[in-house]
Parts: sequence; C-alpha cells; structure tokens
Amino acid sequence: MTFDTWISEPSNWAFSVVGLATLLAGFRVVTAKNVVHAALFLVGAMGGVAALFLLLSAEFVAWALVLVYVGAVIILLLFGIMITRAPTGIDETLSGDKRALPGVLAVALFALITWASVEAFGDATLATIGDPTSTDTLGEMLVTRFVIPFEVVGFVLLGALVGGITIARRDLTPLEEEQRGGLA
Amino acid sequence: MTIVQFLILGAALFSIGVYGLLTRRNLVLVLLSVELMLAAVNLNMVAFESLLATTQALGQVFTVFIITIAAAEVGIGLAIVILIFRNRRSANADDMTLMRW
Repeated sequence: MTFDTWISEPSNWAFSVVGLATLLAGFRVVTAKNVVHAALFLVGAMGGVAALFLLLSAEFVAWALVLVYVGAVIILLLFGIMITRAPTGIDETLSGDKRALPGVLAVALFALITWASVEAFGDATLATIGDPTSTDTLGEMLVTRFVIPFEVVGFVLLGALVGGITIARRDLTPLEEEQRGGLA
Repeated sequence: MTIVQFLILGAALFSIGVYGLLTRRNLVLVLLSVELMLAAVNLNMVAFESLLATTQALGQVFTVFIITIAAAEVGIGLAIVILIFRNRRSANADDMTLMRW
C-alpha cells in the first residue's frame, strides 16, 4: 500500500492526528521538568490511547480507560506527588543525567519491535470503522467463560487496596495508643 | 487502517515508557512511565482483537484485566513510595542505597 492511498482514508487522518498527540504527550511525560505537568501529560496520553480504542471500535475499554486513569489513577498519583512533597516548580533533578544509554536502548527496542511487526503482519488491514460494537460480547464473556478470572482480579484489586492502606498507614506511638484507651 | 500502524505506535509508546523508567529519579515519575508502557500493551491487545475479530472478544477481555491489575499496581506502588518517603525523607530512587553493596 502506498502512502497516498493510506492517507486518503479518513480514519487514517484521525489516526495520524491522535497518534501524534499521544506520542507528544507521552514524550512530555518522561521529559517534563515539573512533576505536576508530567502527571497531567499522562492524562493527555491516556486520552489519546482511549481515542485510538474508539477508532478500533472498542468503546467499552476506551471509556473504562478514561474512567480508571483520568478519574482515579491520576488523582492517586497527584496525591502521591503532594504527599512526597516533590518540588512543584521546575526541578532539574527529576531525571538522572545519564540519558544516552537509556535513549539508545529505547530506540533499539522501538526498531526491533517495528521490524518484527512489519515482518510478521505486513499489509494486514483492519476494517473496523462502522462495524457493530463488540461490547455485548465482552460483557457476556466476562460473566460466562471468564467469570472466574474476573472474580479473581476483583479479589486482587481488593487485596491490593487493603495492602496499600496497611503499608502506608503510620504506626501509632505508645502515647497515642494509650489515649485511645487500648481499643486499637 | 493497517494493523502495523497501531503496532508501531504501541512500540513507540512502550519505548518512551522504557526511556522514562530508566532516566527518571523521582519514584512517582517512575510509576508514571510504567503506566505509559501498560497503555502501549493495551493498545496492542485491542488492535489484535480488531484484526482477528475473535468471537469471544478475547483481546478486550484481557485489556479489562490489564487495566484492573494496573490500578492495583499503582495503589501498592504509591503506598510503598509513601512509606519510603516517611522513613527516608526522600522519594528519590538514587537515595535508596540500603540494599546496595
């Protein structure tokens, strides 16, 4: 497929714009010198990935991504930034100064995955625009064939949250325990 | 749309995440980079689902699982970062030298 026929498809226009925005936001996440900006750029990157999910007609996971990341995870991370009292202005020490090796490694990884993908899939096309959504199938699968993994993953999340509270909780000093009247 | 364009975008996002993971010093920002890598994997999952069009929406089912595990990971990770900060007064990965010889 030539580039001209590729770009003449409207969905590829949408892909190019959203994909570029996602990559830019992702790049700023790892290079921003302000912690809060890095967290907010992650919102942009996640929004871009959700838009790509919509392009692939995966509505449910797209909105789940928006809800979980933009609604919950980013808030949690912003709390983490505030609690650890990171300097919120420009801070040069957020990244290490040895950047050449990680950069080379990242580029090499990208080249390897790209080469492998092109070798394996070549011109295989997706024809998903306008296809009926698969959300009903997804819902049915989650409560029939995958019901046990679904429940297990729920328990994992519960366990992780309880564990998180236990780890992060401050132990009471002996004086405070006394003030509580030995109830704790 | 071809599948390769999504795979290449996913590879780029993943590589950006790897770069951030290796260069960032602040522990919260390391967690942000991991989230970026997980998003790239999710993108691959959904793209493959779209290519194979399985009758059981397997790619999307596993994307839902990955999103859930990622949320659990952030919860535990932040709790550990907060604990480290309380004990060492720093959220800088370079200061964690207790297990280094």
